[in-house]
Amino acid sequence: MAIEVIERTAKNLVLTVQDYSLFSFRSFMNLWRPPIYWPDFLVQSDIIGAGSASIVLLSGFFTGAVLALQSAATLSQFGATAVTGQFVSITMIRELGPVLSGIMVAGRNASSMASELGSMVVTEQIDAMRALGVDPLRKLVTPRIFACISMLFFLTIVADAFGILGGGFVTVFLNHQNGTEYFSKAWESLRYPDIIQGLVKPLFSGYIIASIGCFYGLRTTGGTQGVGRSTIQAVVNSSVLIIVVDFLLTQVLLRLFPLL
Amino acid sequence: MSLTPSSDPSPRQPSGQPLDRTPVLAFNRVSIAFDGPPVLEDITFSVAPGETRIVLGPAGVGKSVLLKLANGLLRPDEGSILLFGEEISHMPEDQLFPLRTRAGMVFQEGALFDSLTVRNNVAYQLIQERVPDDEIDARVHEALRFVELDETFGMLPSSLSGGMRRRVAIARALIRKPELLLYDSPTGGLDPVTSTTIIELIIKERDVYHTPSLLVTHRLQDAFTLCTHRFDAEAGRMVPLPKGQTDPNTTFLMLEEGRLIFDGSLHELLHSQNGFVQEFLQ
Repeated sequence: MAIEVIERTAKNLVLTVQDYSLFSFRSFMNLWRPPIYWPDFLVQSDIIGAGSASIVLLSGFFTGAVLALQSAATLSQFGATAVTGQFVSITMIRELGPVLSGIMVAGRNASSMASELGSMVVTEQIDAMRALGVDPLRKLVTPRIFACISMLFFLTIVADAFGILGGGFVTVFLNHQNGTEYFSKAWESLRYPDIIQGLVKPLFSGYIIASIGCFYGLRTTGGTQGVGRSTIQAVVNSSVLIIVVDFLLTQVLLRLFPLL
Repeated sequence: MSLTPSSDPSPRQPSGQPLDRTPVLAFNRVSIAFDGPPVLEDITFSVAPGETRIVLGPAGVGKSVLLKLANGLLRPDEGSILLFGEEISHMPEDQLFPLRTRAGMVFQEGALFDSLTVRNNVAYQLIQERVPDDEIDARVHEALRFVELDETFGMLPSSLSGGMRRRVAIARALIRKPELLLYDSPTGGLDPVTSTTIIELIIKERDVYHTPSLLVTHRLQDAFTLCTHRFDAEAGRMVPLPKGQTDPNTTFLMLEEGRLIFDGSLHELLHSQNGFVQEFLQ
């Protein structure tokens, strides 16, 4: 009995991975073949980009602020509070900016995609779309994937910038240190590999968020309860996958651009 | 009760020319299962031009599945399905899309896109085909007038009643003048008065455009109304056929536990010796 359960679970897992691979490959390739739904891409870019800007901005600002608070406390023991700017900017740009933006956008948009598409599945709107001769992958999934990739790229820049600003706010107004020194250290310590590392990650995270959100949405079964289940799976799996892929990407990028 | 076809049983185009009898839809020994016993097993039937076929059967017998197989929304495990003469059971999805645009489908609950207005729902296909806005508006008004809902042009589906949503769904299915219509329980969950309005529209469509159609329902009254009424264009409403006559191009199929147990006219249905048919009729 237990073996049967393990077998069934393993088969389901393999089947899900296989379905997801085919689904994401087809969605990605659709961008290079007409018809391409540019108006849908713009609408989704607005929903994902403009809609997520405030949460990314706030989370970036306060993460930078917390980093400055924590690091200043530790660095002061070594008389090195002058490098707070360097610490905050490198940490934000290389790691926290991309990952936090990814997780915030996943929480907001993977859930929204899964629930929207899931509701369309259970009300037969997806079948109606197919019956009307329109490919839901082209019409619904591909614009979301590319909107999410492009918008997360810019949202990460916003998160990085506001993170450094947040650190600067704490440095100047709470730690009463020199703001010019903070910002000049933050700027001078940055190298191109840091920026490349920070801007490559959101491309992968954006793809993960939209493809997983849409994948679970379109696989919804079981009515409104199923929509809730799909939403949870989309948020949980995309958040975890963002962190896992971040780890793998960091490994690869550190080999490509080793630290001095 | 004795019912006979009202006149010449061969369907005719509006011009009066006899229609080509090559089926627009043909199922040949089709079976499908979903992780269990077959939902449909060994189903064979066809829909000829100008013909209306009514699929009867209790809830959960596989009627909606049959309809989704008809335009490739589902794939059969066995057997073949010919839609407009093309085998679709193994056709890639990309090739199915243009074929589906030639068939209109009315879903059980309407399946209108709830974020789009009635205009954009009805014009959905035309918008994707980048038809000019003026032409879209004219054709949407024409389709909405056919279902007598022209005033809903700019409304959202959420502000429509259940019956109005079905009528908008019919308008959406009709806008491209389909070569086949698929109705999935179009009166399911509606009150008797609204059901009659929907059936009248289906009769109007059948007698005005002569589009072949496949309609699934579990409501005998609707099925019988379809068979015993015609649309009077002058009066603008449906009228009963003379007593004892039925529409010769409206015939019945009946499903029992996934198997096709009856295929014939209303007269044959009423005189069937099959125990399940008799029980269903009673």
